Amino acid sequence: MSEQTATTAAESSSTGGGADLHIIDVTKRFASFKAVDDLTLTIPAGSFFALLGPSGCGKTTTLRMVAGLEEPSEGRIIIGSEDVTHLKPYKRPVNTVFQSYALFPHLDIFENVAFGLRRSKRKDVRNEVEAMLELVELSTYARRKPTQLSGGQQQRVAVARALINKPEVLLLDEPLGALDLKLRRQMQIELKRIQTDVGITFVHVTHDQEEAMTMADTIAVMNAGGVEQMGAPMELYENPVTTFVANFLGQSNLIKGELTGKSGGDALIQVQGQRMAMPTSRVHSERDEVWVGVRPEKMQISRAGTPTDGENAVTGVVTDASYIGVSTQYLVNLPWGQEVGVFAQNLSTEGPLSAGDSVVLHWNPAHTFALDATQDAEAGAEKVEGDE
Amino acid sequence: MSAAPAPGAAANTPADDVARPVGAHKWTPYVLLTPGMLWLGVFFIIPTVMLVKMSLSSGTAFSGDGSFTFSRSDLQWSNYGDAWTKYVIDTPIFQKSLIYALIATALTLVIAYPLAYTIAFKSGRWKNFLLVLVIAPFFTSFLLRTNAWQTILVDSGPVVTFMENIGLLDFLHTVTNIPDSWPSWAQIFPDGITDPNRVLATPLAVIVGLAYNFLPFMTLPLYASLERIDIRFIEAATDLYSSAWTAFRKVTFPLSLPGVVAGTLLTFIPAAGDPVNAQLLGSASDAMMGNAIDAQFKSTGNYPLAAALSALLMAVIVAMVTVYVRRAGTEELV
Repeated sequence: MSEQTATTAAESSSTGGGADLHIIDVTKRFASFKAVDDLTLTIPAGSFFALLGPSGCGKTTTLRMVAGLEEPSEGRIIIGSEDVTHLKPYKRPVNTVFQSYALFPHLDIFENVAFGLRRSKRKDVRNEVEAMLELVELSTYARRKPTQLSGGQQQRVAVARALINKPEVLLLDEPLGALDLKLRRQMQIELKRIQTDVGITFVHVTHDQEEAMTMADTIAVMNAGGVEQMGAPMELYENPVTTFVANFLGQSNLIKGELTGKSGGDALIQVQGQRMAMPTSRVHSERDEVWVGVRPEKMQISRAGTPTDGENAVTGVVTDASYIGVSTQYLVNLPWGQEVGVFAQNLSTEGPLSAGDSVVLHWNPAHTFALDATQDAEAGAEKVEGDE
Repeated sequence: MSAAPAPGAAANTPADDVARPVGAHKWTPYVLLTPGMLWLGVFFIIPTVMLVKMSLSSGTAFSGDGSFTFSRSDLQWSNYGDAWTKYVIDTPIFQKSLIYALIATALTLVIAYPLAYTIAFKSGRWKNFLLVLVIAPFFTSFLLRTNAWQTILVDSGPVVTFMENIGLLDFLHTVTNIPDSWPSWAQIFPDGITDPNRVLATPLAVIVGLAYNFLPFMTLPLYASLERIDIRFIEAATDLYSSAWTAFRKVTFPLSLPGVVAGTLLTFIPAAGDPVNAQLLGSASDAMMGNAIDAQFKSTGNYPLAAALSALLMAVIVAMVTVYVRRAGTEELV
């Protein structure tokens, strides 16, 4: 696998502290199972980086290897200029916010936050802890025990306990997984704010694509122990390079097609006898057999016969229409039997289309992407809630 | 609306029944408590009252008409005075019992902690097998096992000869030597703690016997509390700059304290009153409170003195345990 470097929004914010994190050719085997397979990643200093993937994709194992809680079977991990591959966890300039927090139940909030400082024999523990509790707005809770706090407060203690040590890299293992949706939204903004304030490198592991997209500058989508695609959230969503990414990040309609040639900057495709075009930069296939992909919200749905000049279009029949207020979700049966999804904003005054209506689906060629047809069109579509 | 419940089902429920699970009655807890309360009443509370009553009576079983007199206007507090003079001041059997039990408890803790730790964290698929081994001694009677130790540790037997030959007995005798500047210890151990030529009939044999017999009572609560510790707490400690040893000291051990408290109580309390180990493994001068009570009861027939001794022992243990549990502050941990 060639080295992939995250050089997107991260560069602009890399003025703060923290250090580059290099994961080089790392493999981790558990018995005969390869949890992480020859992974190479560079995470620039000061970035908010997300490892996104389903259960068992190797993202947590990767994080634990950076923390020193697992040792790589092969490869190296470098933080800044220091090779930490075989360093004990307590000797690494790294701190972790654990899944479900792992706050020490026998210590109060103050002592939980002070734990790292006391171990590294820092002076002035009291002032530092008080300042940190101030930052996470928990000053009045210093003498409570963790179990006396709500989930959101515990989460903030966990962040404070890690951050106070000013690590080069802060690791977050599904930090918001135990919170309810509303609190999760709030904490996403909060974490992003803290990261911008302190400027250190955050590496965030999650299976929640929305969480990753809200917070991270750069996302690496992981599957089966390797990185499928890495980039800014918008880039991943708008221009996925594998069916796994196309399905795991949002939804995609994938229609079988064939590349037939080029015309200027455009690639020409044939879809069930229908000619279409798309930018060549959005073709991610070495072969002519491709999945032609379009996001459901990029498709427009109109009554059959509506002119679609210059757009890619297919005809079909509505099989299901679900009106959900802000939009209507349609299922449309195409002439060759495939069903695709369309999200339409409710802009029309005459109400949504209904099942049985003949329609034409049309979209801007620049919203089309093409993926290698040897891949499974369903890869990544089954999202499992909860993680390993 | 054919799927709706029958009208009366929900509407008739009285307001005070709302928080209770379906089908539960408000007297269920009392029904469940009854057998235990009856048991405690018959086999603990009534005997304790009888014991205290006896300790304040006069008479002996083997003289006069063998009956005892209890009079509210003439409570025999002198029984407690006698017990104190005889077993605390004249011969320090009381102190000896507590000290033997304390040393045995400490020894048990030192042996059981690593054992429980290994079973809880490091034993993998051997865990259940090792737990069975811990409780295996219970398959044989306590008395029989202590008898077996008598045979194993018999003078000039292979075990003692081996210990003598490798110099272990001499070594133990040297390290357990009580300096002359500690007269009260010398009073408790008049012949020293060990003997250079034998194991049986020494305080060492009694203490080791106690430690052996109560080891499972220490190991199991320790295992239970160690096993409950989420491995992530230890990982979090190492992530926060603790070496393995510091993580143990600051996280694992404090979190296992409920097990330490439970184990030490389950060992210390029965060990302090145990007559079997002192009788089978010790010499006459190793008699503990259990033996003294036994002797007053069976040989002298002085039931009131035996009862006063028992009540005294019970009171002292309750006091010690109360102070200990308060100091350990376990209510915050469990």
